[in-house]
Amino acid sequence: MKQKNKKIDYSKWGYLFILPFFVSFFIFSFIPLVDTIRYSFFEYYRSGIKEVGPNFIGMANYISLLGSDMLKYAGNTLILWIIGFIPQIVIALLLASWFVDARLKIRGTQFFKVVIYLPNLIMASAFAMLFFTMFSTNGPINSILMSLGWISERIDFLGSVFGTRALVGFMNFLMWFGNTTIMLMAAIMGISPDIFEASEIDGCNSVHRFFYITLPLIRPILAYTLITSIIGGLQMFDVPQILTNGQGTPDRTSMTLIMFLNSHLKSRNYGMAGALSVYLFIVSGILCFFVYRMTNDNDPDGSKAAAKRARKQRRK
Amino acid sequence: MRERMPRRMRGGSDAASDADEGKVINIYCWNNEFRERVEEVYPEVKETSKDGTVTTLNDGTEIHWIINPNQDGVYQQKLDEALMNQADASADDKVDIFLTEVDYVNKYTDAEADVAMPLKDLGIDPETDLADQYSFTKVTASDVNGVQRGSTWQCCPGLLVYRRDIAKDVFGTDDPEKVGEKVKDWDTLKATAEELKAKGYFTFSSYADTFRLYGNSIAQSWVSPGETVIRVDQKIMDWVSDSKEWLDAGYFDKNVKGQWNDDWNKAMGSASKVFAFLFPAWGIDFTLKDNWDGGDGTWAVTNPPQEYNWGGSYIHACTGTDNPKHAKDIILALTANKDNLLKISQKYSDFTNTQSGMQEAAVHDKEFSSDFLGGQNAFTYFSPVAESIQIAPLSAYDQGCVELIQNSFSDYFQGQVDFEKAKANFETAIIERYPDITEIQWPE
Amino acid sequence: MKSKMSNTFRTAFAHVVLILLSFLCLFFFYILFVNATRSHADLQKGFSARPGSYLLENFKNVANDGTFPMIRGILNSLIVSGCSAAICTYFSALTAYGLYAYNFKVKKIAFTFIMAILVMPTQVTAMGFLRLITKMGMYDSLLPLIIPSIASPAVFYFMYSYLQSSLPLSLIEAARIDGSGEFHTFNRIVIPIMKPAIAVQAIFTFVGCWNNYFVPALVIQSKDKMTVPILIATLRGADFMSFDMGKIYMMILVAIVPIIIVYLLLSKFIIAGVTLGGVKE
Repeated sequence: MKQKNKKIDYSKWGYLFILPFFVSFFIFSFIPLVDTIRYSFFEYYRSGIKEVGPNFIGMANYISLLGSDMLKYAGNTLILWIIGFIPQIVIALLLASWFVDARLKIRGTQFFKVVIYLPNLIMASAFAMLFFTMFSTNGPINSILMSLGWISERIDFLGSVFGTRALVGFMNFLMWFGNTTIMLMAAIMGISPDIFEASEIDGCNSVHRFFYITLPLIRPILAYTLITSIIGGLQMFDVPQILTNGQGTPDRTSMTLIMFLNSHLKSRNYGMAGALSVYLFIVSGILCFFVYRMTNDNDPDGSKAAAKRARKQRRK
Repeated sequence: MRERMPRRMRGGSDAASDADEGKVINIYCWNNEFRERVEEVYPEVKETSKDGTVTTLNDGTEIHWIINPNQDGVYQQKLDEALMNQADASADDKVDIFLTEVDYVNKYTDAEADVAMPLKDLGIDPETDLADQYSFTKVTASDVNGVQRGSTWQCCPGLLVYRRDIAKDVFGTDDPEKVGEKVKDWDTLKATAEELKAKGYFTFSSYADTFRLYGNSIAQSWVSPGETVIRVDQKIMDWVSDSKEWLDAGYFDKNVKGQWNDDWNKAMGSASKVFAFLFPAWGIDFTLKDNWDGGDGTWAVTNPPQEYNWGGSYIHACTGTDNPKHAKDIILALTANKDNLLKISQKYSDFTNTQSGMQEAAVHDKEFSSDFLGGQNAFTYFSPVAESIQIAPLSAYDQGCVELIQNSFSDYFQGQVDFEKAKANFETAIIERYPDITEIQWPE
Repeated sequence: MKSKMSNTFRTAFAHVVLILLSFLCLFFFYILFVNATRSHADLQKGFSARPGSYLLENFKNVANDGTFPMIRGILNSLIVSGCSAAICTYFSALTAYGLYAYNFKVKKIAFTFIMAILVMPTQVTAMGFLRLITKMGMYDSLLPLIIPSIASPAVFYFMYSYLQSSLPLSLIEAARIDGSGEFHTFNRIVIPIMKPAIAVQAIFTFVGCWNNYFVPALVIQSKDKMTVPILIATLRGADFMSFDMGKIYMMILVAIVPIIIVYLLLSKFIIAGVTLGGVKE
């Protein structure tokens, strides 16, 4: 049998294991991606049912995008993302640490775990529909606020920049905080209970434990959360699209990059859409590189730092 | 793989039948409306499968209904794909008939694109066979050279439909004739609006309600044939300035922004202070009726301040069809046969496309009076409007222009942006939608 | 003593926050439910916090509509979402394990590459994707909705991160010494350790597929292959002048039930992760 030989080359297994992924990726994503990039250098769109192009025009699409309001939409996207993401990650961390903390006697954790994830189950379009109804000028939220005497005149939530952005952020928060909580919970559960036990014996309080043990140990998953959320944020579409009827009203202040992309796809403007996607691609690549760097500096899983801190705690 | 199957099947059936007509008629549309009408009046229909996807005709030909939602432009997208592949598709996969709406009919009747067959090539002579149709519907379905490439069973003249209780309260009468006098043109209507406002009522719900009236009377098309310049008509700018004026004066309900949304629906309810809506037949029978929560007889119709048309579905035979005879048959049965069309009018309340038929309906109160309108026969009012509609010149860019100009100026009406910014926003949006547009010209 | 007090306080605080959040979440769910119990006419009249009496009526309207294959749609969605979730998590775990546990030449490049494509917006490649599958003869079939999920960079990355924090390489060495084959090691040792991660990603993938409208709307054409979101869109588009909102809310509600069940089933594995964590040392 082979296992007697300590110097077996296992690398072929590595290749074999990653093969399905790359084959599938190559066929279903890479070919379309190359298509997209190629067309970004062409004038290629439809006018009515007549196809115009493809005519090679070099960087013209890229240049004309720089002259458009693209940067403004990037700013909108960033603002909308931050409004939703900050409460989302804070609440999710808090909940996840509560749920796995045996010393907190939370009743019905199972119930809460199910409930916080529910909003994610409703289709984004249906959820936006509900929000639209709830927050319309004649809607129930206004009626409740009026009858409580908190406001004297109906608020036109979706008519103001702040109102629209806040609603989009709030919806994103509500839809995704449960998802993030579950992900972080799974990560915290991956931590060996021994470490927690050891820290408990050493008299570590919950705040210390959270910052010195939990947080460093789940760093890879936190990085994952941050990166996927950035990507999700860059790709934000459904919620503002439906809430503002695809217009990013008022005055295009809630128009996101993908909504902008969508308006090009609607006209089948493959050239412009391709160029815009390449921009998106570059921007998200840079962002993720930084996040990845920040969270993984010379300590890939945070275990060294955690161990050090735990030792420090123990010595005290 | 996909192509081999149908070809083999076709081979088999060709031997069995002697006609050159294909065995499958593919019809592209966005809902069951057309199928129901075909089942109702096309005599060749034998049965429809339970799931509504296949209708079998007496000669064994099958109609395959290919239905895609209009939502997010999915319908046009799928139709466009199919049309692009039309030349390569096997006979049974070819598009045979497709439907369009007025907002984008011109995109498909384009002479150069040549996807909708001229009716003449099918063997239909619009001059004689469709002589009884309202002429504006024929113009709508014609290309730039005046060749008619589609036909409709439906004609959508619009009226002003108002609340009788509000009319009584403000004018002391709810008689359609007398109310009609009060709304007969824009100047009179403005004075009436002031009266309504004094009593705490809104004339219409929003600026979007009146858009069709202005938009239907533009003097030149948004984009002239062969050009890539959008010329915004003076009438559109009139709509902008009038709407702003009316909104600021309080003649519209400022909480209602546009149409097809919750606030607009509620404006049709009994708790609303909105006096009137501008609707064609389908709007009254579906939209208004569904949103009204009171009893019958509260609403009545009268003449609008300006004649207009809103909506309509056009039937086209697709170039390359292998079922030209059936296509001709269906188009004639559904758009040129007076008895059939009267049947549709009675059953579905459509205002149908034969002048003589509608004139009969206008005087036959018994069959055509509406309970919802308190026994009023709306056809009496629809008919004259339909006869005097002058359809605005169309272009393939209409859908985007109409949609985006309303959206862009909506911000302006609500005071979010100034006039110049609204114009700039329209320019940005329209070039996104139609990349071939090179210039936007505004009237002086 | 002091810590006990603070624990009681924290417990109380946690409860308040949780109840508040649950209220928010349930509130919208409740609205959805209420709306599904009301007729279209009632819905148009305005909002009401009390359920109506149209629940059964709406349900019958949806279920009995011969032109509207609800059961078929749910079945299609189950097939697509179930298969996608299964192959997506399995192959992502396999890929993650392949890159985590083995040393080979292109390892670094492969990893960087996957991280790079992680950021690719899906909308962008959709048109090319459509052209491609049409050429491959997979237009109007469920396969193109399932197979591409083998390559899910985000799920891969999650699995990889999870492996980093929970699978000591010594364990694999130990398995090798015990004579376990590589594939066997993965299926019998690694997969059980990854159960919580797999369960989490399975849920997310399932829900994502279940609610996906964009790609299926491009790919699916025939009625008997439609998934739930397309059916709902079709329902809304059926007659835009007179669509029945009661029916639509009912359909949305019906569409949620299967995912709740899947969620409840899978969440057990997430809980089970605690005990597994104990075993693995």
